[in-house]
Amino acid sequence: MTPPAADSAAGIEAHLVVDRGSFLLDIELTAHPGEVLALLGPNGAGKTTALRALAGLTPLTGGRLALDGEVLEEPATGRRVATEDRPVGVVFQDYLLFPHLSALDNVAFGLRTRGLRRAEARAEAAHWLKRVGLADHAAARPRALSGGQAQRVALARALAPKPRLLLLDEPMAALDARTRLDIRSQLRRHLAAFDAVAVLVTHDPLDAMVLADRLTVVEGGRVVQQGTPSEIARRPRSDYIARLVGLNLYRGTADGHDVRIEGADTALATADEHSGPVFAAFPPSAVTLHRGRPDTSARNLWPVTVRGMELHGDQIRLDLAGPLPITADLTPAAVADLGLSEGSEVWAAVKAAQTHAYPA
Amino acid sequence: MRRRARRRGGVPVVLLVPALLGLAFLVLPLIGLIVKAPWTSMSSELDGGTVWPALRLSLETATSATIVSLVLGVPLAWLLARTDFPGRGFVRTLVTLPLVMPPVVGGVALLLVFGRNGLVGEWLDSAFGITLPFTTPGVVVAEAFVAMPFLVLSVEGALRGSDTRYEEAAATLGASRFTAFRRVTLPLVAPGVAAGAVLAWARALGEFGATITFAGDFPGTTQTMPLAVYLALENDPGAAIALSVVLLFVSILVLAGLRGRWMGGAV
Repeated sequence: MTPPAADSAAGIEAHLVVDRGSFLLDIELTAHPGEVLALLGPNGAGKTTALRALAGLTPLTGGRLALDGEVLEEPATGRRVATEDRPVGVVFQDYLLFPHLSALDNVAFGLRTRGLRRAEARAEAAHWLKRVGLADHAAARPRALSGGQAQRVALARALAPKPRLLLLDEPMAALDARTRLDIRSQLRRHLAAFDAVAVLVTHDPLDAMVLADRLTVVEGGRVVQQGTPSEIARRPRSDYIARLVGLNLYRGTADGHDVRIEGADTALATADEHSGPVFAAFPPSAVTLHRGRPDTSARNLWPVTVRGMELHGDQIRLDLAGPLPITADLTPAAVADLGLSEGSEVWAAVKAAQTHAYPA
Repeated sequence: MRRRARRRGGVPVVLLVPALLGLAFLVLPLIGLIVKAPWTSMSSELDGGTVWPALRLSLETATSATIVSLVLGVPLAWLLARTDFPGRGFVRTLVTLPLVMPPVVGGVALLLVFGRNGLVGEWLDSAFGITLPFTTPGVVVAEAFVAMPFLVLSVEGALRGSDTRYEEAAATLGASRFTAFRRVTLPLVAPGVAAGAVLAWARALGEFGATITFAGDFPGTTQTMPLAVYLALENDPGAAIALSVVLLFVSILVLAGLRGRWMGGAV
């Protein structure tokens, strides 16, 4: 075994490779202490595999994982620190609170295994339960806790041993919408107070945007985009993110202001000037619909068919088929005025000023 | 406790008749035993001086055999359920072999291994001066041999049914595999362990073939209740029936007591 390389960097530096034959995860991640990194992606993208690899629950088949300069795992050199010896804390998707232990003993568990005596561990655990607002529930068994309470116990249990890497697997997924709002703001507070690296896995863009400082979008085992939440929301580079943030996104080739859309027999006029492969995007609110061909200067004008309609907040979201698949948001009044229903044939216009192109 | 939703409608006769016959077949012998028991002369039948030592020996050896089975069988069940090694399926078959093997054959095999000239017995004798055959510890060995597979299978089943992710959660909290086993896995499969222990205890209490072959039939040291029953049957059938009734009630008492407190319907 070789001694761990002396990386000067604090935080995680990871190149995670997990080859399972039918599925290959190959992503690079870096995060600094105090930073919250979200892994965002659809189901089956490999997010949970990445999280398990960070925790040491799924062995790497290649790459390297270093935390605060210490190499935790590197298959090429045969180095591998077992899960129980890694300074990690994990909040599992369904929490996995030990059903036979009280909330207090669940939180004390990680302190006991790290050598604290029972009384000390319990005192420290009580302090953590108080921090998550559950001092009154110390004696409760997990079965008697609500989803939100169980989530907070799980968070306290993960944080109590003072991990250098906190991993959260879909921490909101098991909660109902109302609790989620509450818990999200609490979690944000706890993560802000946490001074080491936190990695959050989620398929919910709102969780990612609210909780994370930086996003890594994973699809099919690969990183498709990294950046701050606002960068990614404004300039998505995959259909998955575009749908999540509610943008119409196309890939094409730019020639000045015009973008020839890949796989469609049409061009899109945009506000930006580029040449070569680009993404072009516009929000659903930039689309206007007309019964007949409008007398307009808009160059982005296509005949379309309404394929689907659904309520989206106080707007109606329309799914339009035509030379380009388009999502449009209209007010209910506009939909009524136009007399739209599924199958209606109308004209869709998009102002070039609201259409943006950026290099692919 | 969960209750299965029952389907409405009658029970088909083709199922009902054999079911009732089966029930009668299982219950009738017990009823016969109770009906035929010499209730009036019970105390004198049991006064022969062999009953209470035999009963006491039976309870002590069955309990000891259950403890041996727990100490060795639970780790064995863990090994079978949680690790992967070449020939695991074969090992599992070996473990269950005493279940299907005639107990007398087990007794002969034990003699060959732990007998004075046996593979292990000779060494035990020369190194520690320990001889097992025809001693009370020998009874425990014979009973544990036939009873342990029940415990191993029961615990292995419970381990396979339990969520291994709790063990992963324990590992992320710094627990070694043994700590995770002790503080998480074992409490979670406790009902399965209890069920297995009861099965093993009941099997040990009734053990006859391996015991008489390996440990013989010495009143006070190796004559357990089943042996006493069998011997009494030859010269004093009344006493045999009385002994059987006592054994039956002891079993029922222990099962009922454990079932209520421990197993919550796990068996």
